[in-house]
Amino acid sequence: MTSLFLLQLLNGVQFGVLLFLIAAGLTLVFGIMDFVNLAHGVLYMVGAYLMATFAMITGSFAAGLALALAATLVFGLVLELLVFRKLYDRSHLDQVLATFGLVMIVNEGVRIIWGTSPLTVPMPPLLAGSIPLVGPLQYPVYRLAIIAAGLVTALGLWLVINHTRVGMLLRAGATNRSIVSALGVNVSRLFTLVFAFGAMLAGFAGAIISPILSVDTGMGESVLILAFVVIVIGGIGSIRGAFLGALLVGVVDTLGRSFGPILLRTIMDPSAASQTGRTLAPMVVYILMAAILFARPAGLFGRNTS
Amino acid sequence: MKTKMRVLAPILASSLLAGAAAAADDVKIGLMFTLSGPAATLGEQGRDGFLLALEQIGDLGGLPTEVVVVDDEQKPDVAANKARELVARDEVDFVVGPTFSNIALAIHKPVTESGAVLISPNAGPSPFAGAECHPNFYVTSYQNDQMHEVMGAHAKEQGYDNVFLMAPNYQAGKDSLSGFKHSYDGGIAGEIYTQLGQLDFSAELAQIAAMQPDALFTFMPGGMGVNLVKQYRQAGLASIPFLSAFTVDESTLPAQQDAALGFFSGANWAPDMDNEQSRAFVTAYEEKYGTVPGSYAMHGFDTALLLDAALRAVDGDLDDKEGLRKALEAADFQSLRGEFAFGPNHYPIQDFYLAEVVKRDDGKFQTSIVRKIFDDYQDNYAEDCEMPE
Repeated sequence: MTSLFLLQLLNGVQFGVLLFLIAAGLTLVFGIMDFVNLAHGVLYMVGAYLMATFAMITGSFAAGLALALAATLVFGLVLELLVFRKLYDRSHLDQVLATFGLVMIVNEGVRIIWGTSPLTVPMPPLLAGSIPLVGPLQYPVYRLAIIAAGLVTALGLWLVINHTRVGMLLRAGATNRSIVSALGVNVSRLFTLVFAFGAMLAGFAGAIISPILSVDTGMGESVLILAFVVIVIGGIGSIRGAFLGALLVGVVDTLGRSFGPILLRTIMDPSAASQTGRTLAPMVVYILMAAILFARPAGLFGRNTS
Repeated sequence: MKTKMRVLAPILASSLLAGAAAAADDVKIGLMFTLSGPAATLGEQGRDGFLLALEQIGDLGGLPTEVVVVDDEQKPDVAANKARELVARDEVDFVVGPTFSNIALAIHKPVTESGAVLISPNAGPSPFAGAECHPNFYVTSYQNDQMHEVMGAHAKEQGYDNVFLMAPNYQAGKDSLSGFKHSYDGGIAGEIYTQLGQLDFSAELAQIAAMQPDALFTFMPGGMGVNLVKQYRQAGLASIPFLSAFTVDESTLPAQQDAALGFFSGANWAPDMDNEQSRAFVTAYEEKYGTVPGSYAMHGFDTALLLDAALRAVDGDLDDKEGLRKALEAADFQSLRGEFAFGPNHYPIQDFYLAEVVKRDDGKFQTSIVRKIFDDYQDNYAEDCEMPE
């Protein structure tokens, strides 16, 4: 049981790291630009599709990843220049409607370009195996690599945000946008930069998960909801909050799914336990969110708006 | 998402233009498949299989044939409206479709009550196989439970006594596991219902690894199956036999590839079926569409053959409802799967096989028949059906 717990914990951390990559961009855009971007999941999907395409063309995982990252960065820039820039001054409702429309347009566009069949990305041979954990339990090397990549990215973000000039402006922007602008900072350029970088992170998440998950239209929507949960738990605009929130959501979701029914079995009969367990498991994350918001209405690291 | 196409032999078309009162003798067929969204591949195969047969036959039953293709979007409400449009506005004589059972439940009433005939080339829901069987409803694929029963029987024959069961938490998932248990009476290592649409199975796979069952039985259609198969292989579990229904087939294999090699599935046909018509069909399909046809395409093709045979039997007289019904029930056509007959509930009686994923010499993947599991097998609901005269 303890070894199974360890394995599930690793699964939870891996899922959390992935959520972090998506949520990081989302929380920056939401926190600094006060912009609700439902189309953020689309960038995750496009990252995965571009990865599938470039990995096939170049025949190499690394080259495919590099090209996919560059391409999602460009895709993010284009979206920002053509669409989002026009929406910053509009109300949240307008932003939600416009970005929701964009989700449909891009999904359909992806379907036209790549077709309806799910795509697949071959796993790099170096990371293909699995390592023995305890007893018969094994863990795929690739999932460990995802954890490592996510942690390195988180460390890099922490360095950029806390120890560079751009990071300083970002933190200032998240706290008080108008003052930063009044101090003569080119806020529009800062926004473009933040947006494109957030897009690239989401694309990175889509690209590195593609050898595990099939690349499919609509893959962005399922993960977007959890990404919003993450940034609400962590506090909007806080990278640190997004990191902790993502790990929390990933671990709680995974453990809830696997151990919920097992725990329930101790207090009720097996069929009722599995019935209740599978009803409760998807709720656990939202119950967690409600509990955290009850204690801290602005999230774990959110600035107090009251 | 609505396309209309006319498949008219030029000569007949010109005779139509000449003003002959041939309009009454046209046969109009509505094809309704899921052609958008993640499951579109299945619908496309069904549509393409039907259209391929139409192209080879020319005109069904010698009648000028018009086909209207609609997309049900996998939404029951959309499907019901479009089915009404097909029978009321387009006045089709036959509706061929749909891909999914929940859509079949939604369009059954609008189509059959209008007097048109509904032929399902994929969905085989249980209600219409039993007490609610209908003279205007036919299924050319199978009754849904049967594929799961095939795998249950296989697990029993192998002497497994500790099988892990996993299916998505919705009606078809529950039906799947009860279908498996219908023909398997050994021990159950564990039973998990996952969220419908779940893509990461790491938590479930960890439990399977901890249990070390004799085999896994699962039903994970579409994208869920693609992910499960890849992750099952990556988690190092491939030494545990992978038994499945609708999880590894020609619609998902292009994405699963090597990860699915050696995995098992229930089947009523496979592309390597050993008969002349089937080989010709597979060659023609691959030439035209560039992919390996799955059973979805085969059912579409067979449905067109069935219609052609029935229309010929009544000499193209669409008003002879009684004769047409008798001709459809007779199913006097050469099915790609070999022997084929309708039971009293208009569901097929056919053979079922164990199929295994193999890699072909040209690098493509397909399922391949291992051995026969059931001979002339009928569904469990047929006896509840009292077909109205």
